[in-house]
Amino acid sequence: MTREEALFKYTLRLGDNALILSQRLSEWCSYGPILEEDLAMTNFALDLIGRAQAFLGYAAQLEGIGNTEDTLAFRRSERQYYNNQIAELPNGDFGHTMVRQLFISSFEQLLFSQLRNSKDETIAAVAAKTLKEVKYHASHAGDWVIRLGDGTDESSRRVQQAVNAIWPYTAEQFEMDEVDSLLVAEGIAVDLQSLYADWKNHIAAVFAEAKIAMPGECYMQTGSRQGIHTEHLGHLLSEMQYLQRAYPDAKW
Amino acid sequence: MVTTALTKEQVLGWLSEIADPEIPVVSIQEMGMLRDVNITGDACEVLLTPTYTGCPAMGIIEADIKALLHEKGVANATVKMIYQPAWTTDWMTDEAKEKMRRYGISPPVHSGCGDIFKAEQHVSCPKCGSEDTAVVSRFGSTACKALYKCNTCHEPFEYFKCH
Repeated sequence: MTREEALFKYTLRLGDNALILSQRLSEWCSYGPILEEDLAMTNFALDLIGRAQAFLGYAAQLEGIGNTEDTLAFRRSERQYYNNQIAELPNGDFGHTMVRQLFISSFEQLLFSQLRNSKDETIAAVAAKTLKEVKYHASHAGDWVIRLGDGTDESSRRVQQAVNAIWPYTAEQFEMDEVDSLLVAEGIAVDLQSLYADWKNHIAAVFAEAKIAMPGECYMQTGSRQGIHTEHLGHLLSEMQYLQRAYPDAKW
Repeated sequence: MVTTALTKEQVLGWLSEIADPEIPVVSIQEMGMLRDVNITGDACEVLLTPTYTGCPAMGIIEADIKALLHEKGVANATVKMIYQPAWTTDWMTDEAKEKMRRYGISPPVHSGCGDIFKAEQHVSCPKCGSEDTAVVSRFGSTACKALYKCNTCHEPFEYFKCH
C-alpha cells in the first residue's frame, strides 16, 4: 500500500464515521422526547454532516478519479463503507442514543485532540474545527447518561441495557490496520490503541456518577476495517441513497 | 467585463456588503468568515471559512458572493472553503458584537474561550443587560447559538456561543 492509498482510505473512514452517525441522528428530527433535545440531536447531525463533507471531499480529491463528496456518499454500497459499526447501530430509545453518543464522542474528543497535530494540513485543520463541536457532543451525552442512569428505576434499567448492548461495539474504534500503521509512522494518523486507557477512564468516571455498572470482558465485534458491517447499514444506506440511486445526479 | 484590472481592495470592499443570512445585521467580513481574495488576471478567488463545519448558511453565502461578483462584471469568480486556521468567535469585531446585541442575540463573551462551558455561565441579557440568566438549551435554531432566558425581565433570547 502506498502512502497515497493509505491517506485516501484513512480520510474515507473519518468521513464515513461522520456521515453514518449523522444519518442516524437525523432520524430523530421531529421525534425528540422534548423540543430542546430534538434541537440538540439535529445540531449534532449538522456538525457531523459538515465534517463528513470536509473529509469525503478531501478523500475524493486524494483519489483523483472524478468522485466528489456526493458520489462517495451516494454511490457506494455497504461493503465499500469503512465506518465503525457502532455508528450504524439503530437509535433505540433516547437513552440508547445518548449512550452510543457518549461512547463515540468521548473517543472522538481524544482522536481529534491528537489529529490537530497531524502532519497532513487538511486533516489537522478539520480536526481543530471539529474538536470544538465534539466537546459539546461528549459533554451533552455524558450529562444525559448521568441524569438517566441516576434517575428512576426505569431510566436506570434502560441505560444499563443500552450500555450492555452497545459495549461489544466499542473496541472496534481502537482497531489498527495497515492504513493506521503506515500513517502513524508518517506522523499523519493517531495510534488508536494509545487512546483506549484515557477513553475507558472517562467512561468509568461517567458510569460511577450515573451509578451504571461497567460491562465485563466480552466478545468484541469487528469487521468494518474490511468493509464488513451489521445488517443495519444496508437499510440505512437504502434510505439515504434512494433518491440519487433512482434519479442519478438529480439536483435540489 | 470590467475594463480596468480588478484589485483585491476593490473586491473586498464589494464583499463587505454581504450579510450573514442567519444574522442579517452583520456582514461576513465582520463575522470573520471572509478570509482573503486572490486575483489572477481576470480570475477572482474568494477564500471563505465556515463558522461551524455543517453551517447551512455557507451555501447561501457562496451563492451571494458569486451573484454579487457577477453583477459587478467579474465573469471568472470562484469561492474556496478553507479550514485552516479554524474560525473562532475571537475574529468577530466589537462592532459586530454590538450590532448582534442590539438585534437581540447575546454576543460571545470574548476570548479564545478555552473553557467553553465556563463562558456559558456569564451570559448577559441582550434586552435588559441583567447577568441573572439561565440556559434553556445549549442548542438552538442554528449550530452557533444556544437558548437562554433572562431571570430579571423574563425574556427568552439566543446566545451566540464562544467557539
